[in-house]
Amino acid sequence: MQDGIYLDNAATTRTAPEVCEAVLDAMRERYGNPSSLHGMGLDAERLLNEARAEVAKTLSVPPARLFFVASGSEANNTAIFGLCARAPRVRGESSRARRILTTRTEHPSVLRPLAELGARGWQIEYIEVDGHGAPDLGQIEQKLRESGPLAEGDSVDLIALTHVNNETGAIAPVEQVGALRDRLCPGAALLVDCVQSFGKFPAAPERWGADFVSISAHKIHGPKGVGALYLSERFRIPPLVYGGGQEGGLRSGTENVPAIAGFGLAARLAREGLAENARRVGALRQRLLCGLDALSIPCVGISGAPPAFSPYIAAVAFPGIRSEVLLHHLSREGVYVSSGSACSAKRREKAGSHVLNAMGLDRRLIDGAIRFSLSRDTTETEIDRVVALIGQIVPGL
Amino acid sequence: MLKGLNRRSFEEKLAANLRRAVSAFGRVSVTITQGRMFLEPADPDFDFEAAVKKAADVFGVVSASPAWRTATDQDSIAACAETAVRAYITKHPPAMPDGGRYPFKVETKRQNKSYPRTSPEISRETGEYLLSRFPELTVDVNHPQVVVFIEVREYAYVYTDRSEGFGGLPLGTNGKALLLLSGGIDSPVAGFMMAKRGVEVEAVHFYSYPYTSERSKEKVLKLAAILAGYFGRLKVHIVPFTDAQLAVRDNCREEFSTIVMRRLMMFIADAIARQSGSLALVTGESMGQVASQTILGLSATDRATDFPIFRPLIGMDKHEIVEYARRIGTFETSILPYEDCCTVFTPKHPKTKPKLAEVEAEEARIPDLAGLVRAAAEGAESVLVRPD
Repeated sequence: MQDGIYLDNAATTRTAPEVCEAVLDAMRERYGNPSSLHGMGLDAERLLNEARAEVAKTLSVPPARLFFVASGSEANNTAIFGLCARAPRVRGESSRARRILTTRTEHPSVLRPLAELGARGWQIEYIEVDGHGAPDLGQIEQKLRESGPLAEGDSVDLIALTHVNNETGAIAPVEQVGALRDRLCPGAALLVDCVQSFGKFPAAPERWGADFVSISAHKIHGPKGVGALYLSERFRIPPLVYGGGQEGGLRSGTENVPAIAGFGLAARLAREGLAENARRVGALRQRLLCGLDALSIPCVGISGAPPAFSPYIAAVAFPGIRSEVLLHHLSREGVYVSSGSACSAKRREKAGSHVLNAMGLDRRLIDGAIRFSLSRDTTETEIDRVVALIGQIVPGL
Repeated sequence: MLKGLNRRSFEEKLAANLRRAVSAFGRVSVTITQGRMFLEPADPDFDFEAAVKKAADVFGVVSASPAWRTATDQDSIAACAETAVRAYITKHPPAMPDGGRYPFKVETKRQNKSYPRTSPEISRETGEYLLSRFPELTVDVNHPQVVVFIEVREYAYVYTDRSEGFGGLPLGTNGKALLLLSGGIDSPVAGFMMAKRGVEVEAVHFYSYPYTSERSKEKVLKLAAILAGYFGRLKVHIVPFTDAQLAVRDNCREEFSTIVMRRLMMFIADAIARQSGSLALVTGESMGQVASQTILGLSATDRATDFPIFRPLIGMDKHEIVEYARRIGTFETSILPYEDCCTVFTPKHPKTKPKLAEVEAEEARIPDLAGLVRAAAEGAESVLVRPD
């Protein structure tokens, strides 16, 4: 397996060797409970806070506003259910529906909690996205306009957007959305899911006006099982997990110190190499797309070009093939990618990625969609090999 | 039960199967008697309850009960019944905190006809004794919650619990057959039904990686492990089927691809059956369920092999098959989403009434069909699957 070509880095990444060392060291030597009063506890607490400082620095937020949780999904759930813990209709305000704006291209860890809130009486409104997955800013503006303090409509409480879409790499204009919110509906909270962008792009949650930002360690060569939530000072939210009051009471449970230590190091490595990695990976992505384009097989780019798209993700459709079949063929050759649809007959009608469906893509493109997601470890040789293999495999399918 | 001369050999087979099934729980001695088998644990820490459940799953067993053994005089029987009822009440505490009532009856069978007293006499006397010992018992012969069973043989046996078995015949008393095992709901049930009638089952699975996921193979092996829980073990031949499927796709008209593929499976299964000493093939087909499962479709597949093809589900509806799959515990695994055959190879409008001559003509378009079949059969990977 180690000798394969791993191009599924949006699913997860290889844990960096130095991160593995840091995790192991924390397990072996610095295993105290940060809540303990003795020296071992203090040592673990230091480790925790050093990691917090590193992660916060990479995210450009104050460490005191960053809270460790177990995953990006938990960060999203904590923000959404925390903010919306109030009943949707408050006494004296009974005519006002609580509104939430989002898109249908969000990650399931945003869409499913929102669907649950919908079932509890919240009004979930989905902003249209274009053929590249970018949300319609004009529609957001209109919805916020009808919602502000001086407007007639019901207030918007939450705007939930993904910074970088995990399937297409499309970058959402979060800064413009933040500015619209400030101007038209300042009471609305802005949740930005930065799981795919953290450590890969310069982040500026405070400038964006984000109130919640969710991130995860294992997408940046850190360990699985740890993520974090940034909270602005504008909102106080109750926790999902009550208990010993760790993480400022927002997330009880003894901290996963080894994984958090690994997260801190992974965040530092990502920050230090950020610009250089983005440039290099961007060139590799270009090489991949040009290489595929030069093959004499039909092939359609679903992702567009940077700066509107992440250099780390390239979604490509091979119309007329079933992407899962190509995936298995590549897997047999030691190349690991992900597909936009499964080969299942039963699920075929509504099959395929919810993101690509929401973008209104043609059925043939969805069925044939492959996501290549690159990392700083990806090499030119690997890209060339993948292009050559696809050139060999696709005509036979 | 069977009569005649072969009865003895069936009983011996069943005894051996029982001994093997419960051997994991400790050493036992097995005694064969008229209509009953007695398993007697030889280890003090023998897990009795688990062993009884396991014994009930052995084909040929109608029911299994944990029983107490005692001497045949009335006092011993009554005392033993008291122990049994006390154990029952401990295991099933009353629903009401103030005690509650247990409607009960005593049922006696007398195998030992030279025994001086009749069954009704034993039942009545034991019942009266139990009533005097347990105020919470009430007699109810029509709707008892507790039935105290007494069997008088050389010894007397007393029990209150009965685990229903699947019945059938002891595994290995009816030759061997080869099951076409897909990852679906039907074929595991079909294999189970044949095994229940004493047929030793091996399985063949057609694997079309990389057109299907490696997880589809994992799923089939998982199903095999569940079946192995009943069979003791299950040998699965995993046949590389991709080349055959590609040959069908590239050479045959699309509407014939399903039936030709089915026949290719039979050709390959036939070759594997010959090697493994199987005497028949088994499929999970049921009449009219999919396009290839019409009378003409099934006839065309029948003609692909000299072996009889058994289709124990032929007259069952889907919901009946599902119910059975749930009962034997394969359903949840069968419905995992990994397909055993990619939709790439599924025609939009398959022939529902294929004529044999037409099918054979389509088949003839495949170059070196015999070589393809031989390569697939020889390339099969055989896995001996044991229960989880």
